[in-house]
Amino acid sequence: MRDVAVVGFSQSPSMRREPNRNEVEILVPVITELKKNAGIANDQVDFVCSGSSDYLAGQAFAFVSSLDAVGAWPPVSESHVEMDGAWALYEAWVKMQMGYADIALVYGFGKPSMGDLPLTMALQLDPYTMMPLWPDAVSLAALQARVLLDGGHVTEREMAERAVRDRKHAKSNPFAQLKGDFEVEKLLAAPHLASPLRKHDCAPISDGASAILLAAGDKAKQLCKRPAWITGIAHILEPMELGVRDLTRSRSTEMAAQKAGVWRDKVDAAELSAPFTHQEILVERALGLSSKTHVNPSGGALAGNPMMAVGLSRIGEAAGQVWRGTADRAVAHATSGPCLQQNLVCVLEGK
Amino acid sequence: MAELCGVIGIGQTKYAASRKDVSMAGLLREAAERALADAECTWKDIDAVVIGKAPDMFEGVMMPELFLAEAIGGAYKPMLRVHTAGSVGGSTGIVAASLVQSGVHDRVLTVAFEKQSESNATWALSIALPFSVATVAGAGGYFAPLIRGYIRRSGAPEDTGIRVAVKDRQNALKNPYAHLQIEDISFDKVASSPMLWDPVRYLETCPSSDGACAMVMAREKIAERSPRKVAWVHATEMRSEPTFFSGRDQVMPRAILDNAKSLYKKARITNPRKELDCAEIYVPFSWFEPMWMEGMLIAERNEGWKMTYEGATALTGDFPVNMSGGVLSSNPIGASGLIRFAESALQVRGMAGAHQVDGAKKALGHAYGGGSQYFSTWIVSSEKP
Repeated sequence: MRDVAVVGFSQSPSMRREPNRNEVEILVPVITELKKNAGIANDQVDFVCSGSSDYLAGQAFAFVSSLDAVGAWPPVSESHVEMDGAWALYEAWVKMQMGYADIALVYGFGKPSMGDLPLTMALQLDPYTMMPLWPDAVSLAALQARVLLDGGHVTEREMAERAVRDRKHAKSNPFAQLKGDFEVEKLLAAPHLASPLRKHDCAPISDGASAILLAAGDKAKQLCKRPAWITGIAHILEPMELGVRDLTRSRSTEMAAQKAGVWRDKVDAAELSAPFTHQEILVERALGLSSKTHVNPSGGALAGNPMMAVGLSRIGEAAGQVWRGTADRAVAHATSGPCLQQNLVCVLEGK
Repeated sequence: MAELCGVIGIGQTKYAASRKDVSMAGLLREAAERALADAECTWKDIDAVVIGKAPDMFEGVMMPELFLAEAIGGAYKPMLRVHTAGSVGGSTGIVAASLVQSGVHDRVLTVAFEKQSESNATWALSIALPFSVATVAGAGGYFAPLIRGYIRRSGAPEDTGIRVAVKDRQNALKNPYAHLQIEDISFDKVASSPMLWDPVRYLETCPSSDGACAMVMAREKIAERSPRKVAWVHATEMRSEPTFFSGRDQVMPRAILDNAKSLYKKARITNPRKELDCAEIYVPFSWFEPMWMEGMLIAERNEGWKMTYEGATALTGDFPVNMSGGVLSSNPIGASGLIRFAESALQVRGMAGAHQVDGAKKALGHAYGGGSQYFSTWIVSSEKP
């Protein structure tokens, strides 16, 4: 495989509601800053790939106008996935493996505040058998949490501990939305939002965008002092129907971790994009993380959850750990679909 | 280093205004199983799945590939969902090919679809958004001024579009999968059909279709052992540019010209008109045949209409275009680009049946989308590059 590294990362602050700017306006400073920091212009970028969802924007072809933020003139070689930007990064990585591109720009963006996100997510379900019941995303996650609690796989305390930990880590992250010092006891005293989930168990709803610059071989070394080399990246999809899946584990994360080679060496830091506390526990277990791994140094998805960018941001945050030398080896995770249906795992190394 | 990629299986559904006999899952399955049968492989042989479709609102399901995971054989496998406006079918094929060319996977299944009868495309394209002026033009209303711009520049005879429509609709009669099969098609029939968006008449317009198209692609060693003929991928290319800015040439966008130049360079083609045997081009409104003949540098600037007029693009001409009947005859939007790619592959495999171009060895597949701003293309051949 060709050596490809994350050499640049930029993001907007995660905000519950971005009142003044549309998606393109959120993206412009993010992409501009990324290119400026790396000192590159469009003509050095061989491939552009993005991730977003029309349903968040409430508009068909919503991603088209994001080309304005790229400044796609002269025309660029470009593609788009209707997925989190982490999968756009995967497509760009594939293009680099085939030798099509040496430098790639990847971005993801979402502005879910324009609609009712949990209900919008219900439109992701089987339109013939599930969607007519309008099960919202929080309620489906609550079903999974119930299975885990009743089976003795997790406790409500363990779940609250994840919220406390992530929000504490997020104190040092200027882009995070939920941050501060919280106490497990007080969180557990709060009422249920969708039993057994409380508000702290759910990731916030965030507007935001992020962008990553990938470079291959020597170009990566020129653009970055200590590139975060992608030594493994893989993603796996599970069936959607909850009844045919083992909800007490994340099998697709396990498979992706195996393929990405997570277990070949120690993991110093991990950035997870699980949107619910119990799912964060499942992902930690699926990745086989030990107590030696610094989990979610940025606060993870539970501290800031810009839809369609949150997974890509995890890769950017994990790369940041490598650039700064706080990790030699970091793992990033992205997810999509109800109850961790589809998962991507990316291993980054400083070498 | 890049691996060689070959198309070893192709499957299409019957295209129709409404495929009420199948669900979305059934529609995709129909195309995918035909592609697997053509490649003589099973679901187990597939390493990854790439799905393409146009806006999710066309069916009313957000990211439908998630609920379709099992129907497309994607359970416990990697799955990517591509969406690049109208060019998406082409882009989907390109992503699938790159998964093979990169050496990441051995055998990839790609499926693109649209089931327009599940929702309402006109509604999906007409949502009023805050702070923006709605075009309220539909695709035809959007593209008609660009066509008029082309006619003014080129001085093309006004019946050029009618001739394209008659030719594509005659071709569709030879393609059992085509949606519109108008037995008594004639110049007069097209000419007397209602004018929808001047100069585009009703019969010069694409239909709304349900349908899916699938391909199995494999790396060299596997493709070589494949039971049927292989369409080898010689080159793929994509280009995009923003929709609006002052000075943008929307009639002949730079993105298609750049795309064509880069594609031919990669495929080592210097004279596309001579070296290519035929092409499947994305022509949703008749006039886009001459326009994209010029955009793809097959015809000289302002002379694309001559190819139509002289019969060069007919099935019996020296450069047949849209032998399948094209988008004018079947338009499951998200699949339409992949159908162009698949039909070009069928030609070089010699498996296009009644609409086969004799001895076709090298063919072009082309798709475009957005406001004439997204382009994806490929060149396939019966011989390895």
